[in-house]
Amino acid sequence: MAEEQKGLSRRDFLKTTGIATGALVGGGIIGGLVGYNVKKEDKALQGTEQGGTPTDATSVRGLMFFRNPHDFQVLSQAVERIFPEDDLGPGAIKLGVGYFIDNQLAGNYGSNAREYMQGPFFAGEVTQGYQSRLTRAEIFSQGIAKMDEEANKRFKKSFVDLEGGQMDEIITAFQKNEVEMKGVSSEFFFRLLRQATLEGAYADPIYNGNNNMDGWRMKGFPGHQMAYINVIEEEKFQKIEPKSISSMQH
Amino acid sequence: MAKTLDKVDVVLVGVGWTGGIIAAECAKAGLKVVGLERGNTRNTADYVMVHDEYRYAIRYELMQDLSRETITFRNTRKMRALPMRQMGSFLLGEGLGGSGTHWNGMTYRFLPYDFQIKSMTDKKYGKNKLSAEYLLQDWGITYDELEPYFTKFDKTIGLSGEDKNPFWGKRSEDFPTPPMKRTPILKKFEDATTSLGYHPYMLPSANLSQPYENPDGESIGACQYCGFCERFGCEYGAKSSPEVTVVPTAMKTGNFEVTVHANVVEVMKSGNKVTGVRYIDTQSGAEYIQPAEMVILTSYVLNNAKLLMVSKIGEQYNPDTGRGTLGKNYGYQIEPGTTGFFEEPMNVFMGAGALGMTIDDFNGDSFDHSDVDFIHGASITLSQTGVRPIQTNPVPPDVPVWGAEFKKQSILNYPRTLSVYGQGASMPHRENFLSLDPDYRDAYGVPLLQMTYNFTEQDRNLHQFITDRTAEIMKEMGAKTVVPGNPISDYDIVPYQSTHNTGGTIMGSDPGTSVVNNYLQHWDAENLFVVGAGNFPHNGGYNPTATVGALAYRAAEGIIKYSKNGGSLV
Ligand SMILES: Cc1cc2nc3c(=O)[nH]c(=O)nc-3n(C[C@H](O)[C@H](O)[C@H](O)COP(=O)(O)OP(=O)(O)OC[C@H]3O[C@@H](n4cnc5c(N)ncnc54)[C@H](O)[C@@H]3O)c2cc1C
Ligand code: SF4
Repeated sequence: MAEEQKGLSRRDFLKTTGIATGALVGGGIIGGLVGYNVKKEDKALQGTEQGGTPTDATSVRGLMFFRNPHDFQVLSQAVERIFPEDDLGPGAIKLGVGYFIDNQLAGNYGSNAREYMQGPFFAGEVTQGYQSRLTRAEIFSQGIAKMDEEANKRFKKSFVDLEGGQMDEIITAFQKNEVEMKGVSSEFFFRLLRQATLEGAYADPIYNGNNNMDGWRMKGFPGHQMAYINVIEEEKFQKIEPKSISSMQH
Repeated sequence: MAKTLDKVDVVLVGVGWTGGIIAAECAKAGLKVVGLERGNTRNTADYVMVHDEYRYAIRYELMQDLSRETITFRNTRKMRALPMRQMGSFLLGEGLGGSGTHWNGMTYRFLPYDFQIKSMTDKKYGKNKLSAEYLLQDWGITYDELEPYFTKFDKTIGLSGEDKNPFWGKRSEDFPTPPMKRTPILKKFEDATTSLGYHPYMLPSANLSQPYENPDGESIGACQYCGFCERFGCEYGAKSSPEVTVVPTAMKTGNFEVTVHANVVEVMKSGNKVTGVRYIDTQSGAEYIQPAEMVILTSYVLNNAKLLMVSKIGEQYNPDTGRGTLGKNYGYQIEPGTTGFFEEPMNVFMGAGALGMTIDDFNGDSFDHSDVDFIHGASITLSQTGVRPIQTNPVPPDVPVWGAEFKKQSILNYPRTLSVYGQGASMPHRENFLSLDPDYRDAYGVPLLQMTYNFTEQDRNLHQFITDRTAEIMKEMGAKTVVPGNPISDYDIVPYQSTHNTGGTIMGSDPGTSVVNNYLQHWDAENLFVVGAGNFPHNGGYNPTATVGALAYRAAEGIIKYSKNGGSLV
């Protein structure tokens, strides 16, 4: 199946949809698709599929938000406990979830740019949703520091030097809202961290998580595929080699 | 100072489904139409790189920028209303096409019962079936009167389906295109509901089963079941949306112009007519007045109500006295359902926004309500929209939500989980309404809309009843673990439920109990039309847009008539 999917080009899809035969002109997509270089796509894809060592400078990962490598280590260890490596495959660290979160915190996500952040601020009921004046970037900075502080308090060690079970105890304390935070509840920080971990594990690798698409591979999700029209009536589960949306840029 | 532009025949506020339909019809009839849209322009070419769950489904790329405008919310009048700071319960559209760009395309016509709900319920069950707190009323139009407009919408979008449902209203013409594919997942539901004695049918879909050319000459592609549909635009032009249908139709006439980045802040009124609208260019900050013979509000349920309120057109509803109609009968929906965990993996990641099967055996008045403590009901559906990995991490009860066991179970169950859900009707209640917020403002200094809403007794009873039915179906489908949803308590604006907001600018036959007549013409200003699901006096057991589309075609007919003769259309 994977083979068949791979060989299926954009041009084939144009045929199946009737775009190539001229039956369809409404979409305005034709200009962009006709004359598309299929070979180039396949080549570019292989680079992504094999993952491994990045060969070109644009795929180098780095920190855009955390200034202090130690804070980044705390984050990385915490997300690994949430989504650990096991016999199914890599955990959050190997998937690059830490980088994903760091990079997101440096942008719109971190500054809540497209959300209503005007005062006055009141606590509100749970049914009214997020009501803090803090941005996600501020919540993460505070939350990560608090995790380390909690580690010192409970075990006289930094979070990164704890045993797994000890880390879990601290994460659980956040989850149960037992840790005091300013302007936000520790339970909220826990939920944000958990959600961001899943996002980093399963977002397209263009966001610097889901390394090598291994998050998708574990889950049997094929990422970006042009179409399933030819296989959607199959009874059998289809194992399909995943593709990144970056394959559409070439 | 605001710059006054040249007068046009028709000015539309917002260019989504309703704005697009009215633009197309009026422009074809020779009227000069300007559409003011506060978002950007976009078309199919913008969706070539759309298969990106994080950007589109999680970070809401195509949707409303809440930093500029949101609403405030409280469950009851006793609470302090606070801003909806992040999107959750419903996802507001923004940009050419509105929510029509990123909708699923499930396209059901409301039932004949819906339009005459008050008289039919009273007749069959007596006047006291629901308490007087429920402001049930007829719509001022019947299904049969609206049928030609439904058919018109079906043809514009090329609707794919089969006329096999014994419970819905009579269709004067068959579906323009055949139903979508019956996948193995759908067949499980079909077999189970059939063996339980119900009447499953293919969900009417605006993701088209085959290429189609509509009566206006617009081409719509064939759906490829790509699994990135709701919350995404369609890169094949295969999901009927305003930008591949009505907007190009309007453009072709040479009579329609869209101004983007134009945020309307006021409808201007003089005497018993409106004279135009005032808007702000969101890029330059400059203010403009667009004079027009007719003003049409097509800015979705929430902003249609807000613009009337800030422009002081009509009387604000007051829950203490029951006086006033503007803001009254705000409604939503309930989503009872059951999750089932199966042994074998299924191709759950494949799908289309409106690929599904439905039964209406428990919708509307399809069954006898004499012995139950609610009216109306829910459509019950299994849809295969394509589940994606960030949003879908199902684990059976008792599995922790993080850590080793969570990872293992969520990965195992991702392809082994299905859900059967209802869309439960919502009855208007005197305590559920829209008004203006006294404290919070949008980026242009205009007060935010305030929503006061909670689920009621009727919702809770209906929810329980439908949850039980979905659990029975799931069991019959052969799930090894059947997990019915929890009962509802208070409405929570955080988790996504549906973008099926209704009411606030309701239609009817009496100016004392409605905002617009059955042409959606405002009772207090004859050259003002207000169009959208805000016109629904209650919410039915389906997605709203087929009914919204039919109403928009009806309004367009009224607008064209009014442009010739003036006066009240009823
Ligand atoms: C994820 C999702 C899935 C959905 N799936 C379905 C489905 O399967 N079936 C179904 O029936 N319905 C569905 N819906 C609902 C459907 O999309 C809406 O019913 C429909 O699009 C409403 O059309 P409208 O014209 O009333 O509003 P919209 O499409 O929202 O258009 C309103 C437009 O007005 C503009 N606007 C608002 N305020 C102003 C202002 N002040 N000045 C200028 N412009 C303004 C907005 O930017 C927007 O473009 C779905 C919605 C969402 C979000
Ligand atoms: S599922 Fe079909 S209609 Fe929806 S976006 Fe994909 S191809 Fe388009």
